[in-house]
Amino acid sequence: MASTQASKRPEPAGRGAISFWRHRGARNIAIQAVFLVAVVAVIAYFYNNMIRGLNELGLTFGYRFLGLEAGFAISEGIAYQPSDSYARALLVGIVNTVKVTLAGIVAASLIGLVVGVASLSSNWLVRSLARVYVEVFRNVPLLLQLLFWYSAVILKLPPVRQSVEVFRSFFLNQRGLYLPRLIAGQGFSSWLWFAGLALVAGVAVYFGVRRRLKRLDRPGFPSLWALGTTLLIAALGWFLVPHPPLDVDPPVLQRFNFTGGMHLSPEFAAILLGLSVYTGAFIAEVVRGGIQAVDRGQSEAALALGLRPWAVMYLVVLPQALRVIVPPVTSQYLNLAKNSSLAVAIGYPELFNVGTTIMNQTGQTLPVFTLIMACYLSLSLITSAFMNWYNRKMRLDER
Amino acid sequence: MLSHRLRSLVVVCLLVFGATAIAQAQTLERVKSRGRLVCGVNNALPGFGYIESDGSWSGFDVDFCRAIAAAVLGDPEAVEFVPLSAAQRQPAIQTGEVDVLIRNTTWTLSRDTEWTADFAPTTFYDGQGFMVRKDLGVAELEDLAGASICVTRGTTTELNLADTMRARGIPFTAVVFEEVDTVYNAYEQGRCDAVTSDTSQLASRRAVMANPDDHVILDVTISKEPLGPATRHGDNQWHDIVTWVVFATFFAEEYGITQANVGSFESGNPEVNRFLGKEGGLGAMLGLDDDWAVRVIQAVGNYAEIFERNLSPLGIPRGLNRQWTDGGLLFAYPFR
Repeated sequence: MASTQASKRPEPAGRGAISFWRHRGARNIAIQAVFLVAVVAVIAYFYNNMIRGLNELGLTFGYRFLGLEAGFAISEGIAYQPSDSYARALLVGIVNTVKVTLAGIVAASLIGLVVGVASLSSNWLVRSLARVYVEVFRNVPLLLQLLFWYSAVILKLPPVRQSVEVFRSFFLNQRGLYLPRLIAGQGFSSWLWFAGLALVAGVAVYFGVRRRLKRLDRPGFPSLWALGTTLLIAALGWFLVPHPPLDVDPPVLQRFNFTGGMHLSPEFAAILLGLSVYTGAFIAEVVRGGIQAVDRGQSEAALALGLRPWAVMYLVVLPQALRVIVPPVTSQYLNLAKNSSLAVAIGYPELFNVGTTIMNQTGQTLPVFTLIMACYLSLSLITSAFMNWYNRKMRLDER
Repeated sequence: MLSHRLRSLVVVCLLVFGATAIAQAQTLERVKSRGRLVCGVNNALPGFGYIESDGSWSGFDVDFCRAIAAAVLGDPEAVEFVPLSAAQRQPAIQTGEVDVLIRNTTWTLSRDTEWTADFAPTTFYDGQGFMVRKDLGVAELEDLAGASICVTRGTTTELNLADTMRARGIPFTAVVFEEVDTVYNAYEQGRCDAVTSDTSQLASRRAVMANPDDHVILDVTISKEPLGPATRHGDNQWHDIVTWVVFATFFAEEYGITQANVGSFESGNPEVNRFLGKEGGLGAMLGLDDDWAVRVIQAVGNYAEIFERNLSPLGIPRGLNRQWTDGGLLFAYPFR
């Protein structure tokens, strides 16, 4: 449009000479260039300021301290000693954050799906309970909820020596949940032969049965046959091996604490509970919105075809709703990952907790903060990359 | 906690965007023009730093904040108290968020350097101890093998605990919390078998427990914890002022100068007269006026008075914190 206007003018300078500012492409490039220069200038200014500030304090920006001995204990996580390095301590924090984030995402999704579907139920009680759940947990600050779960619920469980016990092997007390653990026993390696044999036989049976059914042109379940065979041989091996292949390592009460078995700490339980219940309420709303976004005609048509209500939901409505649900749920997953840093309030040793302890013990405020930010950023980017991939996959299934 | 995250963020922003502006200003000038001293303290440790039910601040550390305000501004109440958790201290001092940090802070080599802190004379000589429930029958550290031990994050205590248990080969589980209140709440509820900290802190927190008699502080000391005020690297004048305010409280006790008699104290001792500002012009050397030490004593009293007001009610003995003349470690340097 700019060129037509320019050419209409009876200028003697010639038709081809268009003023630079009237060329849309050039103008856009110029504006972007100016913007880029401004952004770079601002970043450079702050960076310079930071380095100057550090110099005046006599500090240098570096990460060599990560190799030094950490010297503090961490209550749970992958193998770690106080004599390990700060880098190792940070890794413990990262793994703990990933652990609680993954578990939280699974739990929050399940809660969200169930409550979201329930809030559209035709049953008044179910519907109302779902609404109350969403409104309560969505509208109370997460930090408060965490402190509630930790101080008012979990720490109020019975003390260690008066644990709630089931079958003398499951113990619940204010220091967490203790479960028996299965460990490889004396006969484990010989039993592995049977397990291998069972797998091979299972696969063989699967293909054999499938071929036979095909030849006879009859319906059937080859996978069930395969599963049965595998289990049978594995169980046979279990009794034939002279020593038991798996031993049970039960938790045993010592003077102060239980040793052995598996342990779910109260701090982990509280942060997991808090995160999944809180985020689950948000996801429930997303799920409800997604289901309502599917045209009513879809479920009416499915019902008219004679599908049962659960099949209508599972086969017709949810697959279509998923396309609407996935992008906002991704944001909720990212929120959950970042909110896990609130665990510092209840002493769960995740990334932020361990990171700021390192910061405090070393005095390396800025390097450690940069590191923590980089870790959260990477975790979030990985999560959203995965969810975007999943979203694209869902889209491709659409006809 | 949440405010901690916010504070940390502010601190980083300060470091990145504005630290230089603060670094260059002289702390004394800043305090005077602001008309208030910003003092980083504990808010959960009765006897040292605590908010009373009427909202006022009290405690041993808090009184040293007031002493500095009295010397510099002439008003012991011209203090803005900033409650800090243990882990918040280092950023607060490094960025100049507080003018002075008086929050039962142990003087160590790495804090002197990496925290970019300058420590004033130690006001309280302490050591790390352990508190356990009486009915556990624990007498010494070795009895705690396999126990869960509560400890505060970002402290020397946290490091000493790991060091000592490693050296002695005692297995244990550390349960680490951010806030002092959370630590003792968890211990009291039974999350831990023992809690470890400076012995004075254990005594202070035991006094406010539901049943103080159920708990016993072990006769075990695993570290040296010299606690005192700290200022930020690089402002020598300000560090000198804090140093000599502390010495002034030691000096006054040594020479029998009290809150009651400081106004009318007469002495033939030239050093005492220099202390009282009657001769020598010591105040001007610090950048203050000659009455500064008198104002300190008028505001909070001498060391013994500060101690008796705040710590004696908790049953904390003077111990090492006696005058050198009584075999203690308090030793005022010459006012000359």
